[in-house]
Amino acid sequence: MDEENNNNKIETKAADSSSGSYVPPADNIPASEIPEQELYHAKSFWTRWVFCQDAKVIGVQYALTATAVGLIGLILSWGMRLQLGFPETFSFLGPATYYQSVTMHGMIMVVYLLTALFLGGFGNYLIPLMVGARDMVFPYVNMVSFWMFLVAVLVLISSFFVPGGPTGAGWTLYPPQAIMPGTPGSEMGIVLMLISLSLFVIGFTMGGLNYVITILQARTRGMTLMRMPLTIWGIFTATVLALLAFPALFVACIMMTLDNLLGTSFFMPEIFTMGEQLGTSGGSPILFQHLFWFFGHPEVYIVALPAFGIVSDLISVHARKNIFGYRMMVWAIVIIGALSFVVWAHHMYVSGMNPYFGFFFATTTLIIAVPTAIKVYNWVLTLWRGNIHLTIPMLFSLGFIVTFVNGGITGLFLGNVIIDIPLSDTYFVVAHFHMVMGIAPLMVIFGAIYHWFPLISGRHLNQTLGKIHFWISFVGAYAIYFPMHYLGFIGVPRRYYEMYDSPYMTTGVGLNQFITVAALIVGFTQILFLYNIIHSAFYGEKSEKNPWKANSLEWHTPEMPPEHGNFGKELPVVYRWPYDFSVPGIDREYIPQHVAPSEVPTAKVEKT
Amino acid sequence: MFVAIIFILIIIASIWFHIWSPWWWTPVASNWGNIDTTIELTFWITGSVFVAVCSFMAWCVWKYRYRPDRKAEYKPEDKKLEFRLTALTALGVIALLAPGLVVWNKYVTVPDNALKIEVVAYQWGWNYRLPGDDGVLGTTDIKLINDENPYGLNLDDPNSKDDILVMDADLHLEINQPVKVELRSYDVLHNFYVPQFRAKMDTLPGLITYYWFTPTKTGDFEVLCAEYCGTGHYAMRGKVQVDEKADYSNWLAQQITHEKMIAQNKKDKKLLTAEIKN
Repeated sequence: MDEENNNNKIETKAADSSSGSYVPPADNIPASEIPEQELYHAKSFWTRWVFCQDAKVIGVQYALTATAVGLIGLILSWGMRLQLGFPETFSFLGPATYYQSVTMHGMIMVVYLLTALFLGGFGNYLIPLMVGARDMVFPYVNMVSFWMFLVAVLVLISSFFVPGGPTGAGWTLYPPQAIMPGTPGSEMGIVLMLISLSLFVIGFTMGGLNYVITILQARTRGMTLMRMPLTIWGIFTATVLALLAFPALFVACIMMTLDNLLGTSFFMPEIFTMGEQLGTSGGSPILFQHLFWFFGHPEVYIVALPAFGIVSDLISVHARKNIFGYRMMVWAIVIIGALSFVVWAHHMYVSGMNPYFGFFFATTTLIIAVPTAIKVYNWVLTLWRGNIHLTIPMLFSLGFIVTFVNGGITGLFLGNVIIDIPLSDTYFVVAHFHMVMGIAPLMVIFGAIYHWFPLISGRHLNQTLGKIHFWISFVGAYAIYFPMHYLGFIGVPRRYYEMYDSPYMTTGVGLNQFITVAALIVGFTQILFLYNIIHSAFYGEKSEKNPWKANSLEWHTPEMPPEHGNFGKELPVVYRWPYDFSVPGIDREYIPQHVAPSEVPTAKVEKT
Repeated sequence: MFVAIIFILIIIASIWFHIWSPWWWTPVASNWGNIDTTIELTFWITGSVFVAVCSFMAWCVWKYRYRPDRKAEYKPEDKKLEFRLTALTALGVIALLAPGLVVWNKYVTVPDNALKIEVVAYQWGWNYRLPGDDGVLGTTDIKLINDENPYGLNLDDPNSKDDILVMDADLHLEINQPVKVELRSYDVLHNFYVPQFRAKMDTLPGLITYYWFTPTKTGDFEVLCAEYCGTGHYAMRGKVQVDEKADYSNWLAQQITHEKMIAQNKKDKKLLTAEIKN
């Protein structure tokens, strides 16, 4: 066996040196030392489109499933907003239904939509294409990952139909209340939620290993780590975070399931409720919170880092300018990722944990602001002296910058422990996290879909509908969440079914009605977007190859949309980073990654 | 042009809303006015960053909009600029964090003259317990809770005898008297929050948490539960009434002590057994 491998190695080397006649020294990229592995090619409809091992199809499957469940999350938010804006108007919205909507909306949006869409959707589609691989390294495991995700989603949805309905414990699922009768869905709903999350983690781990290993192991020749598009850096770091953080959630879910079904006391102290002792003892509710937020805070960056990466590429391509400070951008992503593991307890300043933790966690939290601010500066400095095409992906990127800066600075309020004391558990928090990890990443997702839709379908999305979609979504979402901070200043607590009989809250009535109307408008605009996607997929304007004149490899496949195996006969060889736009010294405006230096001898590029 | 103008308008609208909106925090009624000051400082620093970054962005969008004859600059890095921006941001972060931590230190350092009182939370309401003349609260245990001992007081603890039990959602406090609220829960998580006092902390079963404040204004204040605690969360309200010294003493004198409650219970029981016998 060993001998065979050695033979192969020699053969590839030989083949390489004999194929090209003369290689200029600047173009010299070492030959690969091992031969390529054959891909399994699907033979039937089922293996081609359903149980498919092609990462691109899996990516689309992930994206469609996430979007479908995300629509449920969107509809749930309408119920909440109707109740908050116009209480006692809709008889179908009782407190239990309201809390179930809050809970399912939160969990669906954070885990089943954003995480699945960024990593499962964009990760699967883009990683092999952008690093120059034919597919993920473990295509079969990758396929199983999607099907686990689908089962997790189905289990989650099934909780709507069990006695007692889905859990209404809030997306944080804090025990003891999550598994006690005073909370809606404490019968079957919570069990199904915990099982669904556990399945999600299992499924994600299979996909996540694929993303990380493909990026580390299967990059094409010349694709050094420091030549990877920032999209890949964002997805890579986010996946590493997820692989390390999700186990904490997994453990917490298992323990709470046991507390619930077998009567163990991992999180249950002695409790007196409904006139009797519950019989539990020795558990700690705070332990759950530590486990949950040890997952939960990195989770914020699991969503944010891919968005950071993708938006960097969108801005660079559509401003025709290299991303400013690439190396700094990479290090900022890595540092943010690392720091995100030592800030989790800033979600617990008022949890009753040792108050002296506050000093430590406030400090680490505010330190994260430095690399994050650097990223923001570099985005706007990329626009500076660029040649900005106001395409729809660029519009969404600009929308991202505004909403992200806004949501980021309110994070400086909440991270600073003493300021968090009055503001925690109020609408300020709701506004903050929706702005920073709801709207800002969504802006990137929309921008990315408009950007890569031609690659996926070969057709453009309708531009007019796209512009309407952008302006209503961006201005509308800003109008929802910017004023909402001020409800928090008044002191309106979150997760209140209704509260207009409090004297100092009555002034918020008009504001709440305004927010509800804005939320409904923004929500319905998304239907326009879905229509645009479905219609354009079949009837949209046909796109030429590489419509945005981008440099990264995914646009330079022999076929568009790329076929199974991505790159035809020969894998591309990479000579440069993907940001050689508007390089002085030559006429061509952009130099794709696979263009050898000898083909553009006059270009005054910096070595990357 | 159009795009840049809209972005500028959004920035102006945000500033306008901040200055003119009628929705602002309630007048502070405790010693934690310096939390408000810290928030205001944070507003100034972060607000100017927001305005600066977004205005610069809008200006770039206008100034460097696409023109066929324009070629973007090619400049991968500018170490000096990047270093300056990093240093400036670090300074800003220190300016935010340092005063915040100073105030936090005050928040977690309870003054010696603080009156210790207990707030008890349950699904879905509030009870309170004040120390008697000894100034000490008796120890408790959830296991001891029953009909006759609703607070789960340790009957062997002599300190518990004169504890004053306020089995009502209304609490009275004396103005300018620092209080340390010790928080207890029988069942699930809750949070004792009075917006005007600015302070809050979760209550947990099995753990006594605390915070302190000094009420500085007389009047009625609503207590809100600020940690989601089940279906009745939004209805879990209470009242704190801050009194002048004389009014406070009057109210205190009307409350029942633990000892008296035990005696009362015994009497009730005797009556009950007598009734059954008859």
